[in-house]
Amino acid sequence: MSQAAPYLRPERIDEAVAALAGDGWRIAAGCTDLFPATERKVLPGPILDISGIAEMRGIRRDAAGLTIGAATRWRDIVRADLPPAMRSLQLAGREVGAQQIQNRGTLGGNLCNASPAADGVPPLLTLDAEVELASIRGRRRMLLADFITGPRQITRAPDELLTAIHVPDAALSGQGAFRKLGARSYLVISIAMVAARITVADGRVTQAAIAVGACGPVATRLAAVEAALIGASPDPARITAADIDPALSPIDDVRADRAYRREAALTLVRRTFADATQQVPA
Amino acid sequence: MKDGTAPVTLRVAGREHAITSAPGRRLSEVLREELGLRSVKIGCDAGDCGACTILVDGVQHCACLMPVAQAAGAEIETLETLDDPLVAQLKASFLDHGAAQCGICTPGVMMAAVELLRETPAPSEAQVHEALGGVLCRCTGYRKIIEAICALDTPAVETRPEAGQAVGAPVRRVDGRAKVDGTEVYGADHVPLGTLLVRAVRSPHFHADFELGDVSTWGARRDVIVLTARDVPGENRFGTIPGLEDQPAIAEARVRYLGEPVALVVGAPDVVEPLDLGTFPVEWHPLGHSLTEAEGAADDAPQLHDHRPGNTLIRGRVISGRPEEALAGSRHVARGRFETSYVEHAYIEPEAGIAWLDDDTLVIQACTQAPVLDRDETAKVLGLPKDKVRIIPAASGGGFGAKLDLSVQPLIGLATLATGQPCRMVWSRSESMLASTKRHPGTMEAEIGCGADGRITGMTFHGDFNTGAYASWGPTVAMRVPVHASGPYRTANFRATARAVHSNGPSSGAFRGFGVPQAAIAQESLYDDLARAAGIDRLAFRRLNALRDGDRTTCGQELHGVGLGACLDALAEHWHRATHEAAEFNAGATGALRRGIGIASCWYGCGNTGLPNPSTIRIGITPAGQVMLHQGATDIGQGANTVITQIAADAAGLPLDALTLVGPDTALTPDCGKTSASRQTYVTGKAAEAAGRALRAEIMRRTNLPDCDAIEPVEGGLRVRHGAQVQDVALSGTQTDELGYAIRVEETYDPPTTALDADGQGTPYAVYGYGAQIAEVEVDLDLGTTRVLHMIAAHDVGRAINPQLCVGQIEGGIAQGLGLALMEEFLPGRTENLHDYLIPTIGDMPKVTSILIETPDPEGPMGAKGLGEHVLIPTAPAILNAIRDATGVAALNKVPVLPHRLRAAIRGHA
Repeated sequence: MSQAAPYLRPERIDEAVAALAGDGWRIAAGCTDLFPATERKVLPGPILDISGIAEMRGIRRDAAGLTIGAATRWRDIVRADLPPAMRSLQLAGREVGAQQIQNRGTLGGNLCNASPAADGVPPLLTLDAEVELASIRGRRRMLLADFITGPRQITRAPDELLTAIHVPDAALSGQGAFRKLGARSYLVISIAMVAARITVADGRVTQAAIAVGACGPVATRLAAVEAALIGASPDPARITAADIDPALSPIDDVRADRAYRREAALTLVRRTFADATQQVPA
Repeated sequence: MKDGTAPVTLRVAGREHAITSAPGRRLSEVLREELGLRSVKIGCDAGDCGACTILVDGVQHCACLMPVAQAAGAEIETLETLDDPLVAQLKASFLDHGAAQCGICTPGVMMAAVELLRETPAPSEAQVHEALGGVLCRCTGYRKIIEAICALDTPAVETRPEAGQAVGAPVRRVDGRAKVDGTEVYGADHVPLGTLLVRAVRSPHFHADFELGDVSTWGARRDVIVLTARDVPGENRFGTIPGLEDQPAIAEARVRYLGEPVALVVGAPDVVEPLDLGTFPVEWHPLGHSLTEAEGAADDAPQLHDHRPGNTLIRGRVISGRPEEALAGSRHVARGRFETSYVEHAYIEPEAGIAWLDDDTLVIQACTQAPVLDRDETAKVLGLPKDKVRIIPAASGGGFGAKLDLSVQPLIGLATLATGQPCRMVWSRSESMLASTKRHPGTMEAEIGCGADGRITGMTFHGDFNTGAYASWGPTVAMRVPVHASGPYRTANFRATARAVHSNGPSSGAFRGFGVPQAAIAQESLYDDLARAAGIDRLAFRRLNALRDGDRTTCGQELHGVGLGACLDALAEHWHRATHEAAEFNAGATGALRRGIGIASCWYGCGNTGLPNPSTIRIGITPAGQVMLHQGATDIGQGANTVITQIAADAAGLPLDALTLVGPDTALTPDCGKTSASRQTYVTGKAAEAAGRALRAEIMRRTNLPDCDAIEPVEGGLRVRHGAQVQDVALSGTQTDELGYAIRVEETYDPPTTALDADGQGTPYAVYGYGAQIAEVEVDLDLGTTRVLHMIAAHDVGRAINPQLCVGQIEGGIAQGLGLALMEEFLPGRTENLHDYLIPTIGDMPKVTSILIETPDPEGPMGAKGLGEHVLIPTAPAILNAIRDATGVAALNKVPVLPHRLRAAIRGHA
């Protein structure tokens, strides 16, 4: 074979973080984005393969909320027993590619790849998720909304490792829902997608978190829509284009044009809201 | 912590293998190249197709997405290593149900199914969808796959027909075993030790002049050989139509499409594979370019070929009667303009092959649909006599028309001549999509009139077709479209013209239907307009105008054996049921969903348009009594190997399993022409029928029986039965010919056609096939999305030689027609992968009801007609008409009807 590029496969976070203090590592996990990005038969560049770090896989619940290891695969998320608020993330997981992709792709990879159409981002935005980053300099947390700053742009420093995603306990209330729109079933990149987490009490919406993906450089929460819903009866008609449009900046691409994306976003937001506010059988 | 120097150990089906590959190497490559597990197919290297699906710890993974280091310690299972009774059952079920056509996706499909079946022994269809959603199949339309998995426990139907009873029986495909075992040898699967790897340096521009730098120094520094156009020893021009060969194997000083090769790099695989071709010394001088038929035809468009002014490759026309007068006098006239997109064949096997020298003969084993064309054109390019090139078609992992053109053949041939060593080339998915041909995009304008009684009075049609950079099969499209543009309907006054226009897009070539599916969209859409205007039911309107026996076509040809009326009649009850159900659904609909139904018909001439296209079949019997069928028609999954054998067996009076297939191989089989134009069942089948009869006569000559009921091979000869009489024909010890046969027959058949005159009058085809399909769809009015719920397809096949293969063609054609209608749009430079270019998945495929109509053709073998291309012609127009029915939208003028296009049309309508 050709010149063997360095390939590290640590088993602990501290080993990975120590390695990252050196230059030039490319972090690999499920490789569902890294391999499609190259026609090469070998992953290019020095590879830090984090798929063997057991402490980065799995879902934990404690008083502070829910922690998902960054290397947790979609399959594990889909199959986990999670609160109704997390339903959006689980539904999103079922729409990531098809089973082969869900069996490899990780939640952390989905965030770090930072595609405008990343399926995991809108659900996690509705869950007020934070990401945890580790380096030899220490650990830090930040809101997901601050972590992804643009298409393929994140605030991870080169020596940092995304280790976990936290959903605060307060965000684990309500009912989650998710809808993805594509031009075919399975293996499809979203034209638009919507996640929602809604709490209804005594016939009134008491909590509303709604996010749209693939309709701008990054997925975004719909603050104006949320505000209009709070305190009112759960009626999708309260969701208006006027409240959604300013939050979106869709593009024309091979999948759809921008006018359609705006229109479809409205339809999807209404439907996803309806999904989340329907009576869920016990 | 593990580092890259630690060797990886793989456990495959319980056995440990020490791996020498780099830890970051794709597991798919390691399994194939290092462990020789070639059931693991490579379709995209991006997780888009699922062909490399294997089980890792019992769970399905795309092996192309897994660095081998991550597989260490896991239990890996591939199709050929799986020792599980479930798998044996699954293989048998796939064979029985005809779930494997070309077979390239079959190993991946089966591995995904194994995971499902272990957990869920009796899965629902929805569970099969979930489990198989990540594996693409381009041949079957998925229905047979679903049946094979869901009906696993159904005892296999044993169909070993008696001698003389093979035709009409749904026998298993005779070449199916290797496909379900994963042992079939495709273009990338034969790799002798010491084979060199060839890669192409390709143009990053649509249109450019270029100068090569010091390529030999560049190559020498990297230990590779560089071959350029200067090294091409013969005439550096190939093509498919005599007189129009215009494509260089390697570009000379100008490239005309994105991805055109300008050089080859040849060397040891471990050197060539990782090479960065971005450093190759070439200076580009980009030129203006065009990508559409409108851009190519513009006055100021950059001209692609000196001798083709206006970028016009060719024009075709058919004129009969007085169309303008007829339209002017019509009670109702419908007119419209329609656009279709580039469509990619998207077979799951990217082009691949290997070449080697056998003494002084260049042998090429590669995927193809046209071995003799490959031989002749490769010999010309390489300056070799034809008999010094031998083509052994590899199993083709799908073709659908694009493997009718040369791909790797001249390139690996050149490399082998230059090095003396075996050389192989395996295109990546993006190379395949850049450099293979496409379905012609068309811009069509049509006008059709009818009287108050609904009878068609006349039609005019013009289509501009984007033929891309090189001629390929553009001329065929320009001729087929005018001949078929009327649809299978009586049209006394007619003018249809077509023009093939060059652009710097990829060359448009042959794709299932040669332009007819595009033209049918225009005609069938306008028929709905006319039926509505005349107040006649849409099916009844078509039945009223359907061609009948004795009618003349727009080419003036008198037709016989026309089964279109029978197809439409067979659909009538389904039409009424579907009409009622859609109306009932819509009456109760409160949300955004509406249902609609649509219908469209097809006809299609089998064989070349007014040109000779003979097939020759040879059958030999050895002194030991072995019957060898020399069958040169390439089976790309459609089933020629099986159908030709069935016909030959029945014509000879032999049992099906008495025949052993030889070939295709240009050294061993006579020319059976190309697997194109829906011609193999008809043309090669007719030759097989004649050869079978001749064989029977030769055998009978050696008896004194007046006739025979059946012949069977016995030790050292044959046994002939006639009623109670039995005679043995001893062959052992008899004199043999130069091929070692005691008895040998060879028969040729060429369709009786005539060349068309300047107005397109004549007999372009000797046999036509007919059909009609109903689409039932559900449209989301707010999102513009369409779900096809059910397709009902009635096709007149004349005689169903193998009903199961016929249904397989119908279902597969419908899947491609659905893609054409709803999602497939190749945009040069933007969609050269299978995640931006979408083809239907298992979740998109509707239920299909197939109805086989058998109106015998007077010319076809045992009455049979072609079917392969017919099947997708009505699908897209039926779906479009159903969408219009559901939405009330006046016209759908561009396919694919992506959600944003349909939504815009719905908005415009409201």
